[in-house]
Amino acid sequence: MLSGPGFPVTGKSDLFMSNLSLLLLLLGLLVVGYQAGLYRSRALVAGGTSPVRLHSRPQHHGVVIALWAAGPALLLLVAWQLLAPSVIESNLAAKVQILQPGLSEQELRVALRRIDNLAGERLVVGATDWEVAAAETLRAMRQTSAWILTGLAAALVAVGLLVGLRRMNPSLRARNQVERVVQIALMISSGVAILTTIGIVLSMVGETLKFFTFISPLDFFFGTVWQPVFHVTETSGYGEYGMLPLLGGTVLVALVALLFSIPVGLLAAIYLAEYAPGRVRAFAKPTLEVLAGIPTIVYGVFALMTVGPFLASMGELVGLNIRATSALTAGLVMGIMLIPFISSLSDDIITQVPKTLRDGSLGLGATKSETIRKVVLPAALPGIAGAVLLAASRAVGETMIVVLAAGNAPVLTANPFEAVSTMTVTIVNQLTGDSDFAGPQSLVAFALGLTLFAITLVMNIVALAIVRKYREQYE
Amino acid sequence: MSTTSSNGAPQSRGYVTERVAASLRRRKRQELRFKALGIGATLLGLAFVAILFVNIFSKGLPAFWQASVALDIYFDPEVIDIPPAPVKSADESNNDFRERRIQWENEVALVNFNRLIQAGLAKVIPEAAEHPRDAARVVTSGERIALRNLVIDDPSIIGETRRVRLYTDANIDVWLKGNIDRTLPDAQQMLSSRLREWADRLYENGTIEMRFSTALFQNPDSRSSLASAGLRGAFMGSLYMMLIVLLVAVPLGVAAALYLEEFAPRNRLTDLVEVNINNLAAVPSIVFGLLGAAVFINYFKMPLSAPIVGGLVLSLMTLPTVIIATRATLKAIPPSIRQAALGIGASKTQSVFHHVLPLAVPGMLTGSIIGVAQALGETAPLLLIGMNAFVASVPSSPLDQSNALPVQIYLWQANELRNFFEGRTSAAIIVLLVLMLSLNGLAIWLRKRFETRW
Repeated sequence: MLSGPGFPVTGKSDLFMSNLSLLLLLLGLLVVGYQAGLYRSRALVAGGTSPVRLHSRPQHHGVVIALWAAGPALLLLVAWQLLAPSVIESNLAAKVQILQPGLSEQELRVALRRIDNLAGERLVVGATDWEVAAAETLRAMRQTSAWILTGLAAALVAVGLLVGLRRMNPSLRARNQVERVVQIALMISSGVAILTTIGIVLSMVGETLKFFTFISPLDFFFGTVWQPVFHVTETSGYGEYGMLPLLGGTVLVALVALLFSIPVGLLAAIYLAEYAPGRVRAFAKPTLEVLAGIPTIVYGVFALMTVGPFLASMGELVGLNIRATSALTAGLVMGIMLIPFISSLSDDIITQVPKTLRDGSLGLGATKSETIRKVVLPAALPGIAGAVLLAASRAVGETMIVVLAAGNAPVLTANPFEAVSTMTVTIVNQLTGDSDFAGPQSLVAFALGLTLFAITLVMNIVALAIVRKYREQYE
Repeated sequence: MSTTSSNGAPQSRGYVTERVAASLRRRKRQELRFKALGIGATLLGLAFVAILFVNIFSKGLPAFWQASVALDIYFDPEVIDIPPAPVKSADESNNDFRERRIQWENEVALVNFNRLIQAGLAKVIPEAAEHPRDAARVVTSGERIALRNLVIDDPSIIGETRRVRLYTDANIDVWLKGNIDRTLPDAQQMLSSRLREWADRLYENGTIEMRFSTALFQNPDSRSSLASAGLRGAFMGSLYMMLIVLLVAVPLGVAAALYLEEFAPRNRLTDLVEVNINNLAAVPSIVFGLLGAAVFINYFKMPLSAPIVGGLVLSLMTLPTVIIATRATLKAIPPSIRQAALGIGASKTQSVFHHVLPLAVPGMLTGSIIGVAQALGETAPLLLIGMNAFVASVPSSPLDQSNALPVQIYLWQANELRNFFEGRTSAAIIVLLVLMLSLNGLAIWLRKRFETRW
């Protein structure tokens, strides 16, 4: 099923297991090297006749020696782990083609997997002679590879130890060296976050550009019909990939969610921050926040099984035709999910408004609610706007609730009682299961993902900037 | 108040007081209304929490108990006509022996265990012998494997009678629990009228009982035998992914936070990293799924549906959470600690690793656990890397095909046998929620236990 540079068909776990002991050995060497450095550096000071002083503490010398001893060998091990399996596999493939010429590519892969199983002592039904022979070769090659690796690693360890110990002297700035290594490791770790963003952007831009070779960007961004067709023959075309119905659905669902969650969340935040006695607040705030911790798939199932049928029957009572899976169902349940999000963010922001503003207003004779409405809320407005924007970006990117409860009908409509489809739903629909990203069918998911990423990115940047500015204002 | 009017006429003075009094009443009413709105909103929010939990638990809890039938199964040597189990001879290679063993096991699997079940059933329902088609539908099909395993584990069982408890067909469970309208006409019932009558009779005389369902925890997913579909495969998949998140996201996140908070110079580049991390935390999870599909699956050719890919995607998603939580903890540690360390001659690195980091451990742990709990419930990115495939086995390594708990919920809610799987889905949700809530509880406990106020 899989092959390629990173994950060859053969010998994943076997080779891993054999190298695991080597890895453990090297980790043990780290300890030995550390002890050696510790001992040597102490001996340097204690044994000599002249009163020498170490620049660094013995522990640092220990770490330096440990790094010299095991570091290069560990790097070698990692490199070997990545490269050796594919080298072995190509050698084996060549060998198999000599033993059994004329195998197709597919047959060859099957044969390689069977040989791997044979070599790994796993059951193979009806193993032929040449397969057994090849398995023998594979085992031998693995053995050789393991020996070479062990030999090389041992040499590296010996050389490293020697160099490390030779370099050791009382004035060696061992601490500075260790600290530099640590800092570089920390720096690389913080680079991973940047790499992730770059990875997201690059991978999606690449696939999106491929998508635009099938469908023009104009048709994608401004088309009002979403109707992909399976591209079977040359003449059948690709169908229409207009994004607007999906964008419309996304906005509609998000609007319903925000219209529901903003008043409820904001009023709850005001009550909890300004009115509620300490005990009520201590109970209600964490309880509401439970809603934020519930996985979205649970909300989705709740919407599908309970809220949808309930809304449909309510609609029947008043004579409205509400579908069980509709923008309203998805939006309402998403609103429930967003309540704690809005309430706890607004709560933070309201409590940050300085007490002097409140006292001034109350001192002039305003009631508490007047103070809140005329003084506190206007002062907190930018922060609340930021919170709402963050909530909106969540609503736009939310997936599971809409997958289950929005009804998946990609039509341009403003009626929340109808079924709609959103960008996230379409990404899931176009890209589930194994696809080879060859046609617009699956590539469109990346174009939609990139659009979604751009929309939420703008919202987040603006929201975070507002919130940060607001915080600075009252600090 | 009384001297507000300047002309001092008694009528207008009374008029003013009255106006003031009226406006006061109005303002007080407004105040009450406003407060009531706030209380209402809070109660509404709390009500949703209650409704959600009551709804899920009322549907899910009964599904933990499942109808099973106790039958005396006679392991009839005439039906189980198999050679004795192979014994390894000295001159035989491991592969050959294993091949023979598998052949023998396959032969055992070919035995018509349904006949044994039907014979057992005929002991409690005499007319079952005359209606083999109905009799075959009492016990769910996957239980043949349970009988096969009994024989494979101990071939000497052949010729004996054992009391075996087998899960009934999913539809019998639905019927006995009343999850289907019992007054529906025959054409709309999933079971024949005879089978329904049998089920009621067996339930009344105690042969069928509602027992705590171990299948739910011990079995992987199944499509052919719905009553024995379980969560084990999904649970193991989720467990592997959580381990990977713990091993990848937590060390990387802590290291990154240490660098940014303690070492990094304040310049454009670190500002960029900071903005980038904050944004990454708010990127929709599905975008991470797209990243996984494009980079891990399509470029690095990693296996589809494997926990290792899911774990890596979830790690990248959890990374910002861990970084932000760790940075907040580090920020809260007073500078005096660092200054004291530096003052007695420690280097920057020593002050961080010997003094700041140990104080930050509780906060970092709390943040990491909350991040892992979030990752545990995440569904959307997993759908894009093929984890929505049906997998009927328990993964034995992170490279095997597997399911995950939230994805299993997604798959089960779509099953056609709604009456049965509504409960099963809710039961799976309960398992997921219990896991997540206990993780969160652990985080809260850690915070309470080790919290330091400066």
